[in-house]
Amino acid sequence: MARMTGAQMTLDSLQREGVDTIFGYPGGVVLPLYDTLPQFPGIRHVLCRHEQGAAHMADGYARASGRMGVCLGTSGPGATNLVTGICTSWMDSTPVFALTGNVARTLLGKDGFQEADITGITQPITKHNYLVMNAREIPLTIREAVHIATTGRPGPVLVDIPKDVFQETDEFDWPEQVRLRGYKPTVEGHAGMIKRAAELIDQAKRPIVIAGHGVIWADAHRELIEFAEKAGVPVITTFLGIGAFPESHPLSYGWLGMHGMYYANMAADGADVVIGIGMRFDDRAMGRFKDFNPTAKIVHIDIDPAEIGKNFPTAVPIVGSAKNVLPKLTEQVKQQPRKEWVRWIDQVREEHPSRDVRESRHMLPQYVMRTLYDETSGDATIVTGVGQHQMWAGQHYFYKRPRQLITSGGLGTMGFELPAAIGAQIAVPGQETWAICGDGSFQMTLQEMAVLVDEQLPIKMAIFNNGYLGMIRQWQQLFYDQNYSSCGISQPDFCKLADAYGIRAIRVETKAEVPLAIREARAHKGPILLDFQIDQEENVWPMVPAGAALSETIEAPEAELAR
Amino acid sequence: MSAYTNGARIQSHHTVVAIVENKPGVLMRVASLFRRRGFNIESLTVGHSEEEGLSRLTLVVDGESAPVEQVEKQLYKLIDVVKVSDLSHEDMLARELAMIKVRCNNVNRHELLDIANVFRADVVDIATNSVILQVVGDESKIDGLTKMCEPYGIKEIARTGRVAMVRGAKTTTVHEAEPEKIARIHASQGRRVEGALPFSSD
Repeated sequence: MARMTGAQMTLDSLQREGVDTIFGYPGGVVLPLYDTLPQFPGIRHVLCRHEQGAAHMADGYARASGRMGVCLGTSGPGATNLVTGICTSWMDSTPVFALTGNVARTLLGKDGFQEADITGITQPITKHNYLVMNAREIPLTIREAVHIATTGRPGPVLVDIPKDVFQETDEFDWPEQVRLRGYKPTVEGHAGMIKRAAELIDQAKRPIVIAGHGVIWADAHRELIEFAEKAGVPVITTFLGIGAFPESHPLSYGWLGMHGMYYANMAADGADVVIGIGMRFDDRAMGRFKDFNPTAKIVHIDIDPAEIGKNFPTAVPIVGSAKNVLPKLTEQVKQQPRKEWVRWIDQVREEHPSRDVRESRHMLPQYVMRTLYDETSGDATIVTGVGQHQMWAGQHYFYKRPRQLITSGGLGTMGFELPAAIGAQIAVPGQETWAICGDGSFQMTLQEMAVLVDEQLPIKMAIFNNGYLGMIRQWQQLFYDQNYSSCGISQPDFCKLADAYGIRAIRVETKAEVPLAIREARAHKGPILLDFQIDQEENVWPMVPAGAALSETIEAPEAELAR
Repeated sequence: MSAYTNGARIQSHHTVVAIVENKPGVLMRVASLFRRRGFNIESLTVGHSEEEGLSRLTLVVDGESAPVEQVEKQLYKLIDVVKVSDLSHEDMLARELAMIKVRCNNVNRHELLDIANVFRADVVDIATNSVILQVVGDESKIDGLTKMCEPYGIKEIARTGRVAMVRGAKTTTVHEAEPEKIARIHASQGRRVEGALPFSSD
C-alpha cells in the first residue's frame, strides 16, 4: 500500500476505472487536485468555459461512446453550475461522474466562502451521491460511485470532497470488489414472465415494439432486430430510442410522440399488444395517459422495476436488461409475418408520410436537414439543442446506428448541443459530428466555442436561425392566439462571433447555397459554423397538442403547406 | 364517531418497513423521495435494528396518495435502502407510544386515573395540576385515551409513530454482513471526523 494525498487517490482511482478525460474548471478548493493533475498524463483535462458546459460535455462523451463521462467543478457556484447538466443526465439515464470540491471540513456547515450543500442539492437528481470526509474513503467511494453510475439503469453520481481531504495523506487501499447490500440490479428477466410475454405476442394480431433509450444502453440493437424479424413485429422508437433500430429496416416505422410520425402514433394507438423495451411510457411519447390505446395489453421490459406500472397498468412485467431478455424472448416466439398488420401501417404511412420535405422556394429547415442527410450519406453523428430544430433533426435525418442522435429528451435542456457535441467528438474522434443548433438554444452555451479552438475539434455547427424561440412562437401561434410574447430573440452576428473565436463561418441565405455550404463545411478540416437563415415561421408537424391523445395527432394545415 | 371506530382511516394506510444503511443523509433521502413523488407520510419512526450498521425505518403511508407498490419500488431505488417490506397484508403487531400531559386537580384526579387504568396507561409524572400518562398500543387505543382526556384539558401530546413487526417466526430483517474492511469504511463514510482538524479557509 502506498501513501498518497487525497488528490492523488482521487485521480489514481479514476484512472483505474478507465477514465481518460475530465471536463472541468478549476477553483479555490480543487486547487490541490489541479496541482496533482500533471502527475497523471493519462488523464486529459478539457477546460470548459462554464461548468454547465462541462457536465454536458461529460454527458455527450457518455452518450457517444457508452463509457462514463467525468466532469469537475469547484465548490459553491462551480458545483451549482453543474446541476443543470447533472439533471439532464438524470432524466435521460446516462452515466456521468460529477466530482466537486467543497470547503475544508472545519468550515462545512458554517456557510464559508463558496460553500454549497451540493450533496443535498443534487440528492433528487443523482442515482447516488457521496460526501467524503476522510482521504482513506476515497478509493472505495469512487469505486462504488462508478459501479452505481454504470450498471443497472445508468445515471449520474456525484462525489463531493472537501479541500483538506484532497490534502490529507493516508494509505491508498484499492478495494478488490464493490459490495452494496442495497444495490443489486436485476438483469436476467423472470423466465415465467418471458414465457407469458411470448405467448401473448404469439396470440397478438397487431403487436408493436416501442424501443427506447434502454435498448441503446443495453447494447441490444442486434438482439432487437433478431426479435422483430422473427416475430414479425413492427418497431417504432421513442425520441431517445432513435437509432435503437435502423430506420432503413423494413419493419422500422419511425418514432412516436408529440412530434413523432403520424403513422407511428396511429400504430401505437391501433396495436393490440404494446411491447415497451427500455423505455418509460413518458407523457411526451404517449400523449394523454387515460386515452392511450385503452384496449392494448402492455408487455414492459425494463431494467428499473420502478418504471413498470408507474404510468400504465402492465399485463406482463419483465424486469431485466434488454440484452438478456430479448434473446430468450426471440427463442420462444413463433415466426410470424403478420402481413395484414404491416400492410395497414404501410397504408397509413402512404397517406400520411410525415417525413416528406415539400417543395418550396423558401429555405425550409426540413430541406436543410434532409440535404445534410444526403450529403453525409446518413453517417454523421447529430447532436441537437432543444426546440424546433431538435424535432426537425429527429424527423428529417434517418438514423441507422445507436448513439447517432444525441439529444436532451427528458429534461429538454437548451444549450445542450455545443458542449454535448464537444464531449461526443472527444469520445469518438474520427466521427463526423454535427451540432444542430437553434439560434436561441445556441446562445445559452456559445462560450464553449473557445473549447473547439483549444482542443482543435472539427465540429460542424449548423444554426437553424429563424430569429425566434421557434417552439415558443409555434405554441403562442397555435394555443395562445398569436400573442407573441418574448419569443422574438435578437442575436449577435454569429459569423462575426465565430470569427472572433478564430472559427470559420458561412452565412447561408438562399436555398441554393445549402448543399454547397454543407460540402464546404465537410471539406474544412477544423471547426466551422454555418448560419442557416431558415424560413422564419415554419412550424413542426405533425403534432399531438399538449394534453391530447396520440389518436388526436394533427398534421400541417393546408395553408401552411402552400407556403 | 366513537373513539374506537377509526378503522376505515387506518385501513387505507400502509405500514412499510425499510431496513436502511445507518449513514448520514439516509433519512433525508427517504423524506425527499416522499416529498418529490407526492406520497404522504402519516408517521415515520427510525431506530437501530438487530444488525450493526443497519437502521429500521417504519413508515405509515397514506394509500390514497401513493400506490404502495410504487412506494416500495422507489424506496428500493435508493442505494442506502437494503430491504423494503409491506406489512399491510401480514399478520402484524403495530404499536405506538404516547405521553399525554393532562390538566387535573385534587377533585378530578381520581376519575382521570380510573380512565388511565382502563387503557392500561401508566402515570409517569404527577404534579398539583397535571399528570403525564404514558400509553402503549395501536393508534385507535391512543386516540381513544386522548378523546377521554379531552374534557379535562390536554396540555401536550408526544407520540412516537408506529413501529411494527410480523407475528410468528417470519422476519423482515437482513443478514448480510459486509467484509470487515469495507464495513469499516462504510461505517465512517460521510461522517464528521473525530478530533480537531487544522483550520483552513484559503
